[in-house]
Amino acid sequence: MNTAMLAVDQTGARSNIHANGQALSERVAALEAQLAAIQNRLPKDKVTIVVFSGDLDRVLAAFVIASGAATLGQEVAMFFTFWGLNALRRQRKLQGKKLTEKMMALMSPADTRGMGVSKLNFFGAGAVMLRQMMKEKNVSSLEELIELCAGMGVKMVSCEMSRDVMGIAPEELRPDIEVGGVAAYLADALESKVTLFI
Amino acid sequence: MSVDLSTLTVTRELDVTGLKCPMPLVKARQEIASLAIGDVLKVISTDRGSVKDFQGWAKAATQVELVGQSEESVDGKTLYIHFIRRLR
Repeated sequence: MNTAMLAVDQTGARSNIHANGQALSERVAALEAQLAAIQNRLPKDKVTIVVFSGDLDRVLAAFVIASGAATLGQEVAMFFTFWGLNALRRQRKLQGKKLTEKMMALMSPADTRGMGVSKLNFFGAGAVMLRQMMKEKNVSSLEELIELCAGMGVKMVSCEMSRDVMGIAPEELRPDIEVGGVAAYLADALESKVTLFI
Repeated sequence: MSVDLSTLTVTRELDVTGLKCPMPLVKARQEIASLAIGDVLKVISTDRGSVKDFQGWAKAATQVELVGQSEESVDGKTLYIHFIRRLR
């Protein structure tokens, strides 16, 4: 190989390296963008619970799981819909309601104290018995667990559609809750590792 | 457990005897937050489920390490004792 050929070779190699370097940095940028997109879609340390039931025992289970998850350092979001809204109730208001809404209100518990159990309720006797048994066994009451969860930063969201359908006025519910719909639930559930329907 | 619990330096003791799930965990979580990083909290419980619960907590959370667990029998009651270290 003579000197002239060597010089041409070197220039060629340099431009090759330059082109390679550019292609490489483009690939890295593309991969980084892809990674960021994937990271955005990865589940977080998050638990999402739908509370549909208004039964004392089921709601109790929901709040035990929620408080446990919050203790384990998980971000917790609870969505209350239909009968589950009774778990957020503070009072009963009849004023300004339609007849059907009044009937619904009178047949629903005014607050969590009026909730029945899912089995053996016998017009509320079962719920009284369960509460008594929980007290004897030193298990926290539902009301204590709800306050505990609120204090631990558990997000509670009331479903606007079912609240409206059931004729529950916003002022009948706890004031420290958020309002949302199906997309609010899905946005949280899609990035949760655990999601439950109770 | 490979750690000798009798020589372990315990910063604080927490008595949650009589409390049921999820309260032993909740109280321990609140207590350990007031300790310094590296400190060990000794939790004394009568809840049988707390054995697995504390293992689950340490597994799920990066903030704590379960140094060890032991059982003691006092007045016919079994005590479940957990040693938890705050990591961050």
